[in-house]
Amino acid sequence: MMRHLISAADLTRDDAVQILDTAEEMARVADRPIKKLPTLRGRTICNLFFEDSTRTRISFEAAEKRLSADVINFAAKGSSVSKGESLKDTAQTLEAMGVDAVVIRHSASGAPYRLATSGWIDAPVINAGDGTHQHPTQALLDAFTMRRRLVGRDAGLGQDLAGKRITLVGDVLHSRVARSNVDLLHTLGAEVTLVAPPTLVPVGVETWPCDVSYDLDGVLPKSDAVMMLRVQRERMNAAFFPTEREYSRRYGLDGERMAKMPEHAIVMHPGPMVRGMEITAEVADSDRCTVVEQVTNGVSVRMAVLYLLLGGNESAVSHTRTEENK
Amino acid sequence: MDTQQQYGDEARPVLEAPDIARVLTRIAHEIVERAKGADDVVLLGIPTRGVYLARRLAEKLESITGTKIPVGSLDITMYRDDLRLKPARAIGRTEIPGDGIDGRLVVLVDDVLFSGRTIRAALDALGDIGRPRAVQLAVLVDRGHRELPIRADYVGKNLPTSLRETVKVLLAEEDGRDTVLLGSKPASS
Repeated sequence: MMRHLISAADLTRDDAVQILDTAEEMARVADRPIKKLPTLRGRTICNLFFEDSTRTRISFEAAEKRLSADVINFAAKGSSVSKGESLKDTAQTLEAMGVDAVVIRHSASGAPYRLATSGWIDAPVINAGDGTHQHPTQALLDAFTMRRRLVGRDAGLGQDLAGKRITLVGDVLHSRVARSNVDLLHTLGAEVTLVAPPTLVPVGVETWPCDVSYDLDGVLPKSDAVMMLRVQRERMNAAFFPTEREYSRRYGLDGERMAKMPEHAIVMHPGPMVRGMEITAEVADSDRCTVVEQVTNGVSVRMAVLYLLLGGNESAVSHTRTEENK
Repeated sequence: MDTQQQYGDEARPVLEAPDIARVLTRIAHEIVERAKGADDVVLLGIPTRGVYLARRLAEKLESITGTKIPVGSLDITMYRDDLRLKPARAIGRTEIPGDGIDGRLVVLVDDVLFSGRTIRAALDALGDIGRPRAVQLAVLVDRGHRELPIRADYVGKNLPTSLRETVKVLLAEEDGRDTVLLGSKPASS
């Protein structure tokens, strides 16, 4: 049985479908007058954020509170980490306080895996984004949004995304969202195409279970969903493209390009959006853009993950990689 | 699979299909009698088999009163008090009829009434969904051994059992046939 959620690649198809189905039930809670379940009452969850992220943190916090868990928020800024405390010491402090689960965001790829496998802490670890590596709950909420829009809310129960064609556009090199999505969408049976300037395509991409193209206009007409990625200036230590204008002209999504997509196709973005560069305001504000929906779905999906990992005395999601930590 | 193999060698039927149909008809009449009609009745089945029983009861109520009775399902998994004692389990469906349950007479429907903990969880779940005028409980089998002060309003069959026995309800919608089996627990558990 799986104890941690470190990477989208660890999930089997059945695990992923079970999480999406559970999230669908969790979404119904949001429609009720009392948006709260007693499921995790008495459990303490620590949101350990070594890297700033308001969106992901409040999404996890909302999910934890809707399941009645006690929440501790930890931000590295202003904490002992800025005085030089190590991840190990922080983890052991949390262990000593009796924390039941840790949600961790870290700028170093692999930090959550280290935390889960080092034996410093016994609690389940949920990766909320590590460096340029993985962001599994983001991939799950994207898959949830796609399944709802492309298969249907009720028709989608128990279904995967077999045969759907998904295009990811932009800064693949720095994007943990792209890596997680490629892994999960492939597991769910979708065909994934990455579109990016050659400088923003990672080395070794040929081993990923997806296609790569440099021509956005050629891919758009056969896409069921197009996900725009944020250009991560903060991770760029060199010039990856000549000018923002040129990037925008070749890889940005505007109204004219959106018109080339099939009638039913949706536009997605993990946020935060840089309007005018990756996506024009016209596209971002259109009915086909699911950005706001993705935020809502994020809470349901995180509730599902927390329930399945913490709801019983052992988790309901099966396990592949970190088997030695059972 | 052979039922005898699946539920142990000594499993013997205590209710067969015609008995189940008969007791559901009786329960439907009792509901109409106690509710003086069934105008404000909402039936909520507890997954999995309670939902099928609720649908069957609704059909019978409709044929008695001539009015359509709203039916829904109420999953109580996330309200259980033994979640931490067992592996996390898959969540069932909660579907509340469109008009809600506020001010209505909610009849909870389940297959077997045992410790009463499921019903306690169901009452908690109801509290988060709305405020019914009253809540009643209908079960196909009451096997005793209550751990909480909970009592059914409508009982298909009272079945005195020992704790070493198991009661298994099979319904055509889920299991291919209607029957209630009384068996003995395997020695290992």
